[in-house]
Amino acid sequence: MTKMLTDARAIRIKGRSFLAVVLAPDLPFDDWLVRLDDLAARSAGFFLGRPVVLDVTDLPIDRAQLKELIAELAGRSVNIMGIEGGRPSILGPGMPPALKGGRPVSDEAVAKEPIIELHNSEPKPSVPEMRPTLQSIVIRDPVRSGQSVIFPEGDVTIIGSVASGAEIIAGGSIHIYGTLRGRAMAGSLGNASARIFCRKLEAELLAIDGIYKMADDMAPGLRGHSVQLWLEGDSIMAEKLI
Amino acid sequence: MGKVIVVTSGKGGVGKTTSTAALGAALAQRNERVVVVDFDVGLRNLDLVMGAERRVVYDLINVIQGEAKLSQALIRDKRLETLFLLPASQTRDKDNLTPEGVERVITELKRVFDWVICDSPAGIESGATLAMRHADMAVVVTNPEVSSVRDSDRIIGLLDSKTMKAERGERMEKHLLLTRYDANRAERGDMLKVEDVLEILSIPLIGIIPESMDVLRASNIGAPVTLADARSAPAMAYFDAARRLAGEVLPITIPGEKRGIFGKIFARRAA
Repeated sequence: MTKMLTDARAIRIKGRSFLAVVLAPDLPFDDWLVRLDDLAARSAGFFLGRPVVLDVTDLPIDRAQLKELIAELAGRSVNIMGIEGGRPSILGPGMPPALKGGRPVSDEAVAKEPIIELHNSEPKPSVPEMRPTLQSIVIRDPVRSGQSVIFPEGDVTIIGSVASGAEIIAGGSIHIYGTLRGRAMAGSLGNASARIFCRKLEAELLAIDGIYKMADDMAPGLRGHSVQLWLEGDSIMAEKLI
Repeated sequence: MGKVIVVTSGKGGVGKTTSTAALGAALAQRNERVVVVDFDVGLRNLDLVMGAERRVVYDLINVIQGEAKLSQALIRDKRLETLFLLPASQTRDKDNLTPEGVERVITELKRVFDWVICDSPAGIESGATLAMRHADMAVVVTNPEVSSVRDSDRIIGLLDSKTMKAERGERMEKHLLLTRYDANRAERGDMLKVEDVLEILSIPLIGIIPESMDVLRASNIGAPVTLADARSAPAMAYFDAARRLAGEVLPITIPGEKRGIFGKIFARRAA
């Protein structure tokens, strides 16, 4: 910074992410509030000091109803830090700000809290299920001894060799356009349809969906060949690719 | 600005120190200013191979700790005006080798010398990672046998992740120097073949140094093999490797083979 500032003290602006609880009420609000009271009675102080986001997506309510709901919640010491999915027309001054771009967090992160009960006591008719988007990565360099490529989200493609002492762990299939000398573990999160492909098989260990095969257990005829491996029942099958 | 080369291998006893001294002397004979730096604190050897063990007063650790100036620690070779040695400490603890200190010394050396050749200790501990940290290019010394090749592969992985160049997102230039190559054993199939090593490591080859008594003899008289007996087979191979480091393109000869078809094949493979 070459420019002189009038005040030497700089303003610090930081980004920080907090875990917020999202409440998605449904109509009629009176019934919903009764169930909320029931939950609050069973786990006292659950909402105390906890940031709460109100999800009003697809609720046919107007500004007055929303205002009333916020007031009801405030009376129960549930402090709303933001409103998600609300049409601009129902939001107004004096209300928490509109939020967007929130990402769902897996239940484990808050599993200690009885948030699960919220679902139990009231089975929601149509929860939009988050479908995991299929992903894959491509690595253009050889994977060296001591390196591991861990990609539980999907397929791994290596353009190069995998050295002895290196390992590839993929949630999906593994494709190696080179020699596989190290370890390859496909379907690591439980995926029996994952496969392993390699241009030249010299592997130390192969695994699909937790079933593994050591170098000594492999048919000697496969060594040094282009091979694909897959799972049939509890055994790893292999065949030469042309 | 000079170029910083790290001579490394992972495994011990493959010929890092011998190669550092030989390449340093070979480059210095091209009238370029060269300093060889020993990073093996506690187990220094480069001073012996360079024949300077009785002239060590200050060392790398002294410079890093601010107890001596760089010019006081540098030892000029008696035979070559442009060749210098910065010895390691034999008595101090290797924890005295700090990242900031190493950076300062390397930056200073780069200003004065055309080539700064760092002799890495074996292993993958802090000494080895600090020796490679500021390098512009790496010479990976490998013997044609499986354990050395696997360790070299590990070191190449570290060169691509732990160095300043890698952290800046640039690509570290890596060269393979195959040492202790025995033509007779290769013929009998007792050693990995050159093409197998190249296939596993997939980095360009800058030279194959034959196993030779000349190397041992040179070490024992305290001279780099490229100074002790410039006409010997290993010395010639080191001279060629030094020329390739400097950017010349030469066909590579496999010891025991006739120069010709093979040289052409490997020149192409290595490119």
